[in-house]
Amino acid sequence: MDLDLRFARGGFELDLRAEIIGAGVTAIMGPNGAGKSTLLRLIAGFETPQSGHIRVGDTTWFDGANGQHSKPWQRPFGMVFQGDALFAHLDVAGNLAFADRRAKRLAGTLTLSGVIEALELGPLLKQSPATLSGGERQRVALGRALLTRPDWLLLDEPLTALDRDRRGDILPYLREALRAFDIPALLVSHSLDDVAELADHVLMLSNGRKQSHGPVDTILARYDVETADGRRDPSSLIKARVTRHDAAHQLTHMEIDGHRLDMPLMDDVGIGAWLRLRIRARDVALALERPEGTSIRNILPVTIADIQTDEDGPFGHAVLHLGNTRIRARLTRASIHDLGLKPDQNVFALIRSVSFDR
Amino acid sequence: MIDFAPIALSLALATVTTLCLLLIGTPLAWWLSQTRSRFKPVIEAVTALPLVLPPTVLGFYLLIALSPNAPIGQFWLTLTGDTLTFSFSGLVVASVIYSLPFMVQPLQAAFERVGRMPMEAAASLRAKPLDTFLTIALPLSSRGFLVASVLTFAHTIGEFGVVLMVGGNIPGRTQVISIAVFEHVESLEYSQAHILAGGLLVFSFVTLLAVYTANRKLTPHVG
Repeated sequence: MDLDLRFARGGFELDLRAEIIGAGVTAIMGPNGAGKSTLLRLIAGFETPQSGHIRVGDTTWFDGANGQHSKPWQRPFGMVFQGDALFAHLDVAGNLAFADRRAKRLAGTLTLSGVIEALELGPLLKQSPATLSGGERQRVALGRALLTRPDWLLLDEPLTALDRDRRGDILPYLREALRAFDIPALLVSHSLDDVAELADHVLMLSNGRKQSHGPVDTILARYDVETADGRRDPSSLIKARVTRHDAAHQLTHMEIDGHRLDMPLMDDVGIGAWLRLRIRARDVALALERPEGTSIRNILPVTIADIQTDEDGPFGHAVLHLGNTRIRARLTRASIHDLGLKPDQNVFALIRSVSFDR
Repeated sequence: MIDFAPIALSLALATVTTLCLLLIGTPLAWWLSQTRSRFKPVIEAVTALPLVLPPTVLGFYLLIALSPNAPIGQFWLTLTGDTLTFSFSGLVVASVIYSLPFMVQPLQAAFERVGRMPMEAAASLRAKPLDTFLTIALPLSSRGFLVASVLTFAHTIGEFGVVLMVGGNIPGRTQVISIAVFEHVESLEYSQAHILAGGLLVFSFVTLLAVYTANRKLTPHVG
């Protein structure tokens, strides 16, 4: 998807050029008012850019130069909206059929029964949207969007409206559906954890402009993304493979570069599956020798690649290498000095917690 | 002795007027609910005029516009061989204008309540605008249609001034219930007036009661 967009309304300006890869999930991130949702609305055709173009594969959805502008219903995208956009006068089956009927003649392997099965919508079919939980509603909305047989999925904060407990109602389905139906997606999200889990690429926006764009681990590692309360909270994304579920201790064993990492049991993930984990820099401590008699289970032998200190603050940051995996650590300047930490030194990283929270 | 002619005429006039206004008012209300045009307030004001103008003023202008000397009246005369003034057709035209806000305003409010979200969702599901209007906007505003139709019907039954100005008082042709009541009172035929007036009162109450009951039952499904 080749984007070149200029759009202004009421003091807000968007000016963006980006080539979005037509595979996997690209997360659109950035602070409130950065233009994330506006970008989706421009791609969908609900808003019209003042100039620029939107090209998808061989087709042009918008071209300001020759006035070409296809209407939203002519553009082959499926969308999950931020709010509740299910049709209140139709039951779940009716909502799905609305999309299915209008896209049936399109080629593809996607079927109504396939979507109902993948998203486990069977028990909900006769229900009215008003009786569904937030997570169920978004699942139906996702199924409806998939049934348009879209070339692209536009997901506008599909998880934001849900409280933390309910995210499990949709997140695994979203992850599986994106993988199984293999449709490229743009995902607007605020949540680092959702992005870490779902996205392959990240497009970071700020004030309607592109701040950075690239693979998820490099972008998230490079940027100290601000948390909701405005603090900077650096973290690392690492890829790990599930090797074993230990039901007795309620732990799942993962492997990174030949080393074991334990985390709370997630037995819904199959053995051998690759997961992305997020480790906050402040949850990583360093030791010169492998500590004995500690309660911390996750201890990895690493090499210090880089180490930097804030001149006026209490903290310093280290980048650690474990094979090809990069892990960031936040340490006090005093510890860095006392331990004599320097680049190329072999040390042990003590990881207090790994998040994969849902 | 009940004279059924005015009753039949009133019912026929209200039915035809409501049907005409459903056809005219629906697209107008839809346009008003969707447009960002700077003419919107002008059209809204024109639509609301019958609410504030005295029926005699409206009736006076209509009488002039519909008379065989005016272009509209003349056109109608050559087309049908009948005048618009002092005829049932003229009453329909007058009632459509007089009751316009009672159809358009509830419909516009209902369409606005549907909101942008379901319309955009439908567009994202490949539905073209007319398809979206028929399958999403109409069902989601069904209560608005019920309210607008009943208000229009009832308001047309109840009109007096405009009918008198445009249609006069021709029994069997333009003499609707309200005018028949007026005539009976003028002629001191109070018992006749009682029958018609009481009948209209009961009919109006029963109609409104039925609507509000139906509305309550519809609420959980459509609301």
